[in-house]
Amino acid sequence: MMAWTIYLTFVGAALLLFLPRILARWIALTTAVAGFAISLATFLARGADFAHLTTITRIPWVPALGMNYHLAFDGISLTMTLVTGLTAVCAVLFSWHIDERPNEFFFWLLLVVAGSYGVFLSADLFLLFVFYELVIVPKYFLIAIWGSTNKEYGAMKLTLYSFLGGALVFIGILAAYVTAGTLDLPQLASFPFAPSLQSWAFPVLFLGFAILGGVWPLHTWAPTGHVAAPTAGSMLLAGIVMKLGAYGALRVAMNLFPLGLHVWSRWIAVLAVIGIVYAAAVALRQNDLKFVIGYSSVSHMGFVLLGLATANLLGVSGAVLQMFSHGVIGALLFALAGVIYLRTHTRNLNDLAGMHLSRTMPFVAFAFVVASAASMGIPGFSGFAAEITILLGAWKTFPVAVGITGIGMVLVAAFTLRALKRSFFSDDRVLVPQAGPGQSEQAVLVDRITFAEKLGTCLLILATLAAGLYPKLLLDRIMPAVQSMRFLQP
Amino acid sequence: MSYLELLKLASPEAIVLVTALIVLALGLTKSEQIKPAVSLIAALGLAVAAFAVSRLPQHAVLSDGMLVISPLNSLFKVICLVLAFFTIVLARGDRQIRHHGEYLALILFATIGLLLLIGSEELLMIFIGLELTGLSLYVMTAFDHSDLRSAEAGLKYFLFGSMASAFTLFGLSFIYGLTGTTALTGIAHTFNATPIQPLLAAGIVMTLIGFAFKVAAAPFHLWAPDAYQGAPVPTAAFIASGSKVASFVVLGKIVLVGFGSLHGSADWHALVAGWSPVLAVLAALSIILGNLVALVQKNVRRLLAYSAVAHAGYTLLGLIAGGRNGFSATLFYTTIYAITLVGAFGVIALVRRDTGGDDFSNFAGLRARSPLLAGCMAVFMLSLAGLPPLAGFFGKFYLFSAALRSGQNHGLLWLVALSLFGSLISLYYYLTVLKIIFLDDHDASAIPRTSRYDFEARADFLPSLTVVVLAGAVILLGIVPEGLVARILASLT
Repeated sequence: MMAWTIYLTFVGAALLLFLPRILARWIALTTAVAGFAISLATFLARGADFAHLTTITRIPWVPALGMNYHLAFDGISLTMTLVTGLTAVCAVLFSWHIDERPNEFFFWLLLVVAGSYGVFLSADLFLLFVFYELVIVPKYFLIAIWGSTNKEYGAMKLTLYSFLGGALVFIGILAAYVTAGTLDLPQLASFPFAPSLQSWAFPVLFLGFAILGGVWPLHTWAPTGHVAAPTAGSMLLAGIVMKLGAYGALRVAMNLFPLGLHVWSRWIAVLAVIGIVYAAAVALRQNDLKFVIGYSSVSHMGFVLLGLATANLLGVSGAVLQMFSHGVIGALLFALAGVIYLRTHTRNLNDLAGMHLSRTMPFVAFAFVVASAASMGIPGFSGFAAEITILLGAWKTFPVAVGITGIGMVLVAAFTLRALKRSFFSDDRVLVPQAGPGQSEQAVLVDRITFAEKLGTCLLILATLAAGLYPKLLLDRIMPAVQSMRFLQP
Repeated sequence: MSYLELLKLASPEAIVLVTALIVLALGLTKSEQIKPAVSLIAALGLAVAAFAVSRLPQHAVLSDGMLVISPLNSLFKVICLVLAFFTIVLARGDRQIRHHGEYLALILFATIGLLLLIGSEELLMIFIGLELTGLSLYVMTAFDHSDLRSAEAGLKYFLFGSMASAFTLFGLSFIYGLTGTTALTGIAHTFNATPIQPLLAAGIVMTLIGFAFKVAAAPFHLWAPDAYQGAPVPTAAFIASGSKVASFVVLGKIVLVGFGSLHGSADWHALVAGWSPVLAVLAALSIILGNLVALVQKNVRRLLAYSAVAHAGYTLLGLIAGGRNGFSATLFYTTIYAITLVGAFGVIALVRRDTGGDDFSNFAGLRARSPLLAGCMAVFMLSLAGLPPLAGFFGKFYLFSAALRSGQNHGLLWLVALSLFGSLISLYYYLTVLKIIFLDDHDASAIPRTSRYDFEARADFLPSLTVVVLAGAVILLGIVPEGLVARILASLT
């Protein structure tokens, strides 16, 4: 049944091209909800084998070259499809106001979602790569047409970085393919690759995927891309697309080349820690709300990479949990930033400081406080559960990294509180530049929050709370799958 | 061997020839009504020829390889006939072409050249095919009397082309001198035991130069930008599709069958003299130069010309890899490339007719004017960039995996990495074209809205349909490439 997440989303996207624009958002919503419902149902189903890849469907595709259309899932894939479905639903809800070319907008949006489902469910390397590359172009159009600040630059940069990552992945995949003679992931995962091959193919493959996961120093597409993207675009980028990279790094690079991982893991940890601290420090100096959140995404994804680098059960499971957690929190933060921007037409923290938004938008203020708390890693939210698991895992392998990461966490708290204070709870008496004479600071009237936006916000808050209060629900499915990965085998 | 048998085996060529003569004769009449009929007859002739190809026996060899019938040759004859068919459809909607009958006859003559080229495994016949195609294409390039650039392109193409032909003929004479035969199998037999000697090396290099010119590989690509930009659109489409496909088929046969034992090795850690290092250098140069120069182009046709140089480089990878897998990867890639380019030129022809040009500014806001054409152009551009689920993506995967598999220890990794880097650059300029189509606003004042002329209403439908069909083919070959791959592989046994 899981395969229908992909098919339904593609069908929805195709329908959008032919049906009138009045129906656009409803089709998109129906499709996204259907995908989410299927993911949730499969996720909660009892008795499924989460430890190993359970084949959904497998048909020969290009037998001459050994390609199969092979879909499968395990606990990790299910966690990722769940966050994909959730983000997709919320992204549609937060795009309810799109009036410019809505059919095209939702078409590209659903293509990103469909491609992501495909990546998470592929058990054939070629198929996975097809879906992985499929996501690139829709992002370009989403940002370049419906984006804001510097959109064409941001879109092109993001696309070229994604494609660069794709090119590296391509080389790694080809190396695995021509050596092992198969593209089937389970088969590849038990193929004894020569250590010399692993030591060069692993970093190529891992780096290729990690570019999309926001690895320092190739992370710069993320902040500019996030800032340029429309709200839904940022939500998809933070919620899903960055996870594609991390997921690929885990599922393909680490699982295929365990010896390569062993050689390179400390360097990944170094990059991850630099990413955490550096991005947090940069975020502290940003004035654009979306830049702050964009850099915080890079910082949070640094935790994922650190978790992966530990290569032990706790660290990697924490990394997967963090992927889920950041997907939800990142999407929520970007959504709220979008809500503010839609009403005030500015994301500049100095401008926002004079608007007293906590009075005019109490619901958004409340939600932003919750999101900030989750982002800072306050216990009770998913961020805490994930990061503590990663740090526990890292403690065994890279104790120094844990110490430095502590600094990063302080910085995260600092910039999050700063952004929160400047945007909602500032005492500044500065008037908004646009406000004409005779308007006091009270006069900054904003449209009411729509029902769709409220619903989306509540869904995301609920998800981060659920995962934070009862992480066992996720970890029960993640840990068996991680346990059976190759790099943990004796 | 009786003449009847010869006629039977050469029936596709004969049918196309008769059609060409009929078309030429009809074109002499002054009547205006006859114009659509001429195209119809030409198209019908091609269809009958394709049918005749399918009726040929599986295997036959005539006079020492002058005419060879094999599954591979038949498959590519059909592909070339189909490409010629699309060219004729494009030519039908082109109003810059005055003497329709003559133009169509030239297309058919060029097609005969391609059929001979594909159907022959003998150096002299191959050379005759090359010349027949070349001469027809030179005239077709210079066919637009109203445009000075067309004449310039024709002259350039002719001068470079005759130069390249001279090189090829000179190289072939060396090879004949060394082996005493012009049949590819005979040459292969003689070369089996000979090591590379200076005379042979000179012969190989000169032969390859001629083909590098044909497929527009750097540094023998200088004619391509002008020809692609200045020639009438159908000519450019035919140069980029049919002529290229046939050239790659023949080049593959010459190097892999004729010079099979002189393969050498282009591996970075174990370079061995032979033709493959030569092709590797050509490929690397083409990829670098084509992609970099394409970056600064402001005309879509010129951009496609430089990207064609780069694509010639990618396609050579399969031949360098060699073997059945490499050859089939090259053939697959060149076929889908041809389909994609005919489609792209179809879009260009329509845009040109509506806006009077094919610069970037003419494409601005195409999405608003015609969402269908814009969507098809997106399919073609993204396929050229190599993005899934389009044919170009699978083609590249096939090509690069074949290249990486050949040789020892991933010896061709350097070329694969270079190609991927080239693809990265190419994505930028393809996306730029799409950005102009989908993002930029259509500036109504910049485009002289010429009065729509009379037979357009009918002529409009067919080119649009062609473009849609080709876009569908590109998508279909990307999702289910098995059909074509299996066919090519089966024909290569």
